[in-house]
Order: sequence, then C-alpha cells, then structure tokens
Amino acid sequence: MEDTGTVVAFWILAALTVGAALSVAAVRNLIHSVVLLIVSFAGVAGLYITLSADFIAVVQILIYIGAIAILLIFAIVLTPRAGRLNQEGFMLLPALALAVLVAGTMIFVAFDTSWAISERDGFEETATAIGDLLLDKYALPFEIASVLLLSAIIGAILLVRPEGAEEGPE
Amino acid sequence: MDSVDLEHFLVIGAILFGIGLYMSLAKRNFVGVLIGIELMFNGVNLTFISFSRFVESAEPLNGHIFVIFVITVAAAEAAVALALAVLLYRLRDTINVDQIDLLKW
Amino acid sequence: MAIILSGEWYDLRDLANPIRELIDALGAPDAVDYVLWSLIAALAILIWLVVSVIAFIWIERRLVALMQNRKGPNRVGPAGLLQPIADAIKLLLKEAITTRDADRILFWLAPIIVFIPTIVVFAVVPFGESMVLADLNVGVLFLIAVAGIMTPAVFIAGWSSNNKYALLAAMRAIAMLISYELIQVLALLAAVLFIGSMNLQAFVSWQDEYNTWLIFILPLPVVAYVIAGAVEINRSPMDLSEAESELAAGYHTEYGGIKFGFFYQAEYMAGFAIAATVTTLFLGGWTLWGLEEWIPGWIIFLGKLYAVFFLYIWSRGTLPRLRIDQLMAFAWKFMLPLMLVNALVIAVEVVVWEETGASRNVALPAIGAVNATLAVILVIGWARVLGHGSGLQRGYRATLTREIGKIYYTGAEVS
Repeated sequence: MEDTGTVVAFWILAALTVGAALSVAAVRNLIHSVVLLIVSFAGVAGLYITLSADFIAVVQILIYIGAIAILLIFAIVLTPRAGRLNQEGFMLLPALALAVLVAGTMIFVAFDTSWAISERDGFEETATAIGDLLLDKYALPFEIASVLLLSAIIGAILLVRPEGAEEGPE
Repeated sequence: MDSVDLEHFLVIGAILFGIGLYMSLAKRNFVGVLIGIELMFNGVNLTFISFSRFVESAEPLNGHIFVIFVITVAAAEAAVALALAVLLYRLRDTINVDQIDLLKW
Repeated sequence: MAIILSGEWYDLRDLANPIRELIDALGAPDAVDYVLWSLIAALAILIWLVVSVIAFIWIERRLVALMQNRKGPNRVGPAGLLQPIADAIKLLLKEAITTRDADRILFWLAPIIVFIPTIVVFAVVPFGESMVLADLNVGVLFLIAVAGIMTPAVFIAGWSSNNKYALLAAMRAIAMLISYELIQVLALLAAVLFIGSMNLQAFVSWQDEYNTWLIFILPLPVVAYVIAGAVEINRSPMDLSEAESELAAGYHTEYGGIKFGFFYQAEYMAGFAIAATVTTLFLGGWTLWGLEEWIPGWIIFLGKLYAVFFLYIWSRGTLPRLRIDQLMAFAWKFMLPLMLVNALVIAVEVVVWEETGASRNVALPAIGAVNATLAVILVIGWARVLGHGSGLQRGYRATLTREIGKIYYTGAEVS
C-alpha cells in the first residue's frame, strides 16, 4: 500500500492506537483507562479501514465501543466501594518481563518470516462475501456462536440476579 | 516510511497483545484485567485482518470470519466476566484479584 | 469562463455538479481535489446543520406554544425570529463553569465527544444523486455503530460532573440507549433484509425503481425506528434522562454556558440525523416519483427530513413523559418480540417472492398488505397477552422505590 493517504492514515492511527493502549495501562484512574481504551478501539477500527475491512471496522465500533466498553463502565459503576485505582499488584515485574518477551518474540517472527505476500488489491466490499461465507461454509460455527451468546446472556442474568429475588409479575 | 506493509500491522498487533498481557497479569482490579484481555483480543484481530489482506490465499476472507467469531466470543466473555465481577463485589466487597484468595490454601 | 461554458454548473438539482466543475477548473492534482471536495462537502453539511438548528429552535418553540395555546417567543425581532440568536449569544457570553470536584479533562471532553456521532452520521446520508460525502457499502451498519458512540459520551458527561443526579441520569440514559439500540438494529435489519443491501444510496434507488416507499411495505419497523429514535435523541415522551422533576437537568446538570449549548445543539443534530435516516431508508430519500427531475433532490430530501422532525416536535408538544420502568418494559417485553417476529416474517416474504418470481405489481402490494395486517394483529395481540387493553388495567406494577437488589411490587397486596 503505497498511496500517500493510506500511509499517512496508517502512521496517525498506529500512533493513536498504541499511545492510547499504553496510557490505558499507565493511567491511574480506572475510568480514564476505559475512556482511553475506547480511543484505542477506535484507532484499531481505523486501521481496519486502511486494511479495506470496512465491515469489520464498523462491527468493531459497534461491539467494542458500543457494547464492551459500556459493560466495563457498568462493572465499574456497579462496584461503588471497590478501588478506582488502576494500580498493579505484586506481579508487576514478572508480567512486564513476560509481556515484553512475548511481544518481542512476535515482532521478531513478523520480521524474520518471509510471508507469502500476495499482490492483490484491497477488498472491494466485504459484507456480502462475509454473509455468504457465514451462512454457507461456516453455518455451523455461526449457529454455535448464537448458542454461545444465548448461554452467556442467561448465565450473566443468573449470576447477578439477587439472592432470593421475588418472582416477577406475569 | 513510504509504504505500509504486513510487518507494520503485525508489530502493532504484537504491541497491543503485549500491553494486554501485561495488564491482565499485573493489574489488581478485576476490570483492569478484563481491559487487558480486550486489548489482547484486539491485537489478535488486527493480526487476522492484516494477514487476510496481505497474504496469498485462496479464500482471503476467512480471516474476517475468524475475527467475527472472536468478537462474538469477546462480547459473551465480557458479559459473563462482568457479571462475575458484580457477584464477587456483592460477596466480598472487593474486586481486587489479589484479595480474592479463598482457593489459595 | 470554461466553467460557465461546460453547461453543468447551473445544474443545481445536484449541488455536487457546480462544485465538481469548480474544482475541475482549478486543475489541481487528484489528491488536492479529493481533499477540497471533502472539505467543501463537510463544511456545507456543518453550515446546513447549524442553520437548521438555529431555525428549528425558533420553529419548535413557536409550534409547541401553538399546540399548548400560548404565544411562544415573540419579543426579540419580528415574531421573535431573533430569539435563537439572542439565546446563542447568551450561552456564548456566560462563564464556562467547571465545578470544583469535577474530573476536569473528561468534563471538557464530553460536550465535544457528544458532537461526533451526530455530525458523522451525515457523512453517509445521500442528499442527492451524487451529494453524498462517503458512499459506504455498510452505510446502515455505520449509522447504528456511530449512534453507539453517544452512549460513552453520555456516561462521560454524567460521571465527570461528580454530581449524583448527573450520574443517575447518565446511567438511566445508557440503559435506555442500549435497550432501544436493539430495537433500532432490528428495525433496520428488516429493511436491509428486504432491500438486500446496506448502502444508503441503494435504498434510495430501490425505492425509486419500484416506485414506492419502504414505509408502505414495512410499517412496523418504521414506527419502531421512530420511537427508538425519540429515545436516542432524548425527546419527550422519552426524555427520562432529563426529567427535571426527578433528576434536575439530567446528565448535563452541571454544564452551563456554551458547554450546555453544545449538548443542546447536539440533541437537535441527533434529531436531524434520525429524521435523515428515516427519510432515506423509508421515505424514498431525495426522490419523489420523478419530481426530482424538476425540483432539486436536496430540497425534496430536506422537506421530508423536516416533516419527520415535525413528528418529534408534535410528540413533545402533546405527550406526557413515560416512567422509566414503563419505558424499559416497552422495549424488552413489547418491542423486542414484535421486531424479532417481524424480521422473521420479512425474511420468509423475501424468500417466497424470490421463489415464486411474482411480478412487482403483485408482490409489493401483497407484501405490504400482509405486513400491515400483521403489524396490527401483532401489536393488539401482544398487548392483550401482556395484559393491556382489556379494560382491567390493574396488575402488578413495579414501584419506583427500589432498595439495593430488591424490587417491591405493589398491586399484590393492594386489592
């Protein structure tokens, strides 16, 4: 991808994503952390657009920003007397070492491997093709995913239901 | 700097994964751990999409399908995990993972 | 001179034409053209939005006053026309207060973030044949996704104020937004299923080609979308998150001056965004059965848009506010099952149409009639099942008193 627009967009989005992700880990306040996480999600969505994955980019905004970030916020607000600090436990140094090691290995592999780069252009539009694949080749995983979501909904409701809650009306 | 290749995206994916790993291991707050996991998911998804865009394949869109399933599972996982967090808070009045050590002995 | 001679510049049926001609006349390289084109289009949309908001502040106040048998603003300028400008000046000149315990960064950021979704929506909305800033393939999904950004913005506003009313209102607003986002998605899903595309321009051209509007074919999703839209833009009767008798002024209680003005304006713009979506998806967008050849498409579009927005003004002037448990029950118990059934029915209809290969003159009226009948039956039947509309309105109702983890129901003991 050589055209100037993509390259400029990539570097801006990359800086935004990585910077926001780093601040998510560094910031002291948990709410600020979630807000920065939203910025990072948005940056990843932008990167998807540079990769011509328009459907996934929109889904990223819809699910990660519209749903998961909100769930995180709810979890913070529903635990009012718990700590709001985003501090580290005793695992700080081992975790840091492991994270650097893992990321370093992956970066090394990324540069060391000679990938079978194809010369094709970006996808024209992905939504139709994804829909076809999901309902044809991947129909079974698709159904399993819906069952998983259903069980997650029921499980989540069951877990947070108050002990001995009265049976509702009707 | 004048062209963007597969490696650039892989590096960003790796960095996101690393930050997520660090957070999920080191943070004391349960929500912090979850944020780390979500970041890891994002790193993996970015890697999938960039492979799907750049690497030679008969069916390049399979990467997108994988990402859709990862996002689905991430949403389900977030819902259940946050329900657990609320439950934990009700029982123990804390969501700091290093204070939840009943299974330690 | 070359512009005038080219014969396209006066074609104001599509404002994109003269702009294209102008840019071409500059003879700049493609990249500059692209940037210029985007800038001009974005600026035009912004200016239109701001002018519309200013106009509609006056129009809405006068209309609501008319409905409620009072006068409305009539002192500033002729017929009170300068009232919105006076309001704007007042908001601008007020001190921008940041409360002492507020989270300063987020407190400043929230009014700006609230603006993003309301403006960005118009990037994919076609104002005319080529008057669309970004002709996205996944336009419908984009509309929903961008509207979802509203939710964190509202939370940031409510939380950073460090005010219990603001936080409560924000949580209430988030609960409402998420619940009704579901309804919106299902309503749009029905439309997308029927058209077979997520491109907004495809919706317009489909309705143009088949000489009908989607509202005649899919009545239930339209009603659902308009109601869910009212929730999203916080309009009466769904303006619970700023119910002043319960929650002061809602999540922007602590905001004053221009920061409040931002919220106020964003609300109007979100209203226009919903109206634009309804217009494009269900009311034929910029087409009007061939009339767009003679009248500029964007005038038709704006006429429809304002007509839809008038619905919201009307409902604000006439309907009382709902209670929060009523609103949530309406979303989850009433709308959600109906929309799921509706989506299923429409999917079946599409398949049947494809299999039988009926001509459009037979198929479209038939589908429309079936859907309209079904909508009436579903709404009345499901309301009966839920225990409404049978004359005996008594029943178990959750009261608003709620202790942590326990809801008390009245009606069981009270005979």
